[in-house]
Amino acid sequence: MKRLSLGRKLFLTADYLFLTGLAILCLLPLVNVLAISFSSSTAATANLVKFWPIDFNLKSYTYALSKPEFADAYWVSFKRILIGTPVNIVLTLLVAYPLSKDDRLFRWRKYYSWAFIFTMLFSGGLIPWYMTIKTLGLIDTFWALVLPGAVPVFSVILLLNFFRGIPKEIEEAALIDGCSHWRILWRIFLPLSAPAVATITLFALVGHWNSWFDGLILMNKTEHYPLQSYLQTLVISFDLKIMNVKEAELLSQINNRTLKASQIFLAALPIMLTYPFLQKYFMKGIVMGSVKG
Amino acid sequence: MKSSWRRELPFHIMVWPGLLAVLIFSYVPMAGIVIAFEKFIPSKGIFQSPWIGFDNFRFLFEQPDFAQIIRNTVVIAVAKIVAGLVASIGFALLLNELGKAFFKRTIQTLVYLPHFLSWIILGGILIDILSPSEGIVSWALGLIGIDAPFFLGSSSWFPFTLVVSDVWKEFGFGAIVYLAALTSIDPTHYEAAVIDGADRWRQTWHVTLPGIAPIVVLMVTLSLGNVLNAGFDQVFILLSPTVMDTGDIIDTWVYRMGLVNAQYGLATAVGLFKSVISSILIVASFVLASKFANYRVF
Repeated sequence: MKRLSLGRKLFLTADYLFLTGLAILCLLPLVNVLAISFSSSTAATANLVKFWPIDFNLKSYTYALSKPEFADAYWVSFKRILIGTPVNIVLTLLVAYPLSKDDRLFRWRKYYSWAFIFTMLFSGGLIPWYMTIKTLGLIDTFWALVLPGAVPVFSVILLLNFFRGIPKEIEEAALIDGCSHWRILWRIFLPLSAPAVATITLFALVGHWNSWFDGLILMNKTEHYPLQSYLQTLVISFDLKIMNVKEAELLSQINNRTLKASQIFLAALPIMLTYPFLQKYFMKGIVMGSVKG
Repeated sequence: MKSSWRRELPFHIMVWPGLLAVLIFSYVPMAGIVIAFEKFIPSKGIFQSPWIGFDNFRFLFEQPDFAQIIRNTVVIAVAKIVAGLVASIGFALLLNELGKAFFKRTIQTLVYLPHFLSWIILGGILIDILSPSEGIVSWALGLIGIDAPFFLGSSSWFPFTLVVSDVWKEFGFGAIVYLAALTSIDPTHYEAAVIDGADRWRQTWHVTLPGIAPIVVLMVTLSLGNVLNAGFDQVFILLSPTVMDTGDIIDTWVYRMGLVNAQYGLATAVGLFKSVISSILIVASFVLASKFANYRVF
């Protein structure tokens, strides 16, 4: 190995420093708001909080968690993930498998594929979409959050490109042994596509957790709001609704700012705990799916 | 013939549940586009409302703020595409120079974080840190003697704030494809360049950049389809009455006109206008991508 030149050493040092600084800079806004959420109301109002909490306390969190609206919203989001994600994954697998076959094996493949692809190219737009769901009577029901996005076409494409990479011989051998396609999908394709399935699962999870617009327009009653729709009403406008005495007392010790901050982090927490563990899968999955030559 | 039908039957059964969902929630709304050509009255429904042809469109094009909204949308969207591309490629190149795998992975994990958070969460954070009176950004700028502008409340700064915060959210995630392209460059090219006496800069110029050029071309062409997508979530969260003149985009306009003001016909017409132009752009980008980068979607 050749010794590094002085210029190269300087460059590498600068590069390390720059990227470390960049990563910190990206996180500082979050750190600041996190620090505010743990600080006392007086410190937050006086603008003393920078990147470390002042007068550390959990009052904002206690208050946020004690509100029934917040618990309701958390429950709706949880239910949405629990039911919505499996629906997405199962439908994606079922659609991607036949569409990954050769035209020779599945003559209708082309027509079906275009039926799905076309929805990525063109859409009816917001109003007709809303009116369709309304006509179906799904407004204010839980299923309005699950069914309209049941087939994520982008994930279907990602997965079917992955399926194409699986050697045909495996499938042919299984067919000769009398395996059905259902079994091939379940026992061979699914285990072999772990990185792709992990990627689409992550997309589905994050997508369901982060969706707020559908909740906002498809739910009339706020108790049906998923967490992010509920949070949207807080972040954009904070109105002091009717409070009882106990709430008013608690609210004097916290304030709008610390309360918002704590709710933001309660909503971000599940994602922050999940995505780092799926990183090695989704990086591989994204590259496989999006830049297929 | 009959046997091949039976052989393919499981495939049909597998496709249909998904197809049904798409038919109901994507194709039925497409039929609902007729509202754009009607003076839609909710109590009369789609079939009874009076047909007015292109009147909705004519009315729109006569509105002075319509051109403004289109311009805002294109300006914000294009600025985001360009800034995002430059930031992602720059980041990928700088990260690729480093040897330590652990360091690289840690940096990546950290910069991905905003990608996975919703605009509700990031919007809440931005509203707090960018507040002129109590935000940390105005404090930090004050340290170096700069009077912070009202990033979210001044119409000259608002588009800038949108673009920078969008880059913040997406540049790390956008770098994934470039990092993958960088690692797949054949190392013998570098060895050959070294033998020819190329220093690091020349290696970057003659090996690295040509190595990722195809993927850059591909990403640029595919982003063509997003020229009318200025990012509804972000703009909706951050938009306020004081920045309407530079911040209002097609999607927020459709939402207000349709779901808030109940002008269904007009809102659908604008949505259709956007859909048609977007599809033309997407198809064009696919055609260009398959021509220049040998890309196919499926």
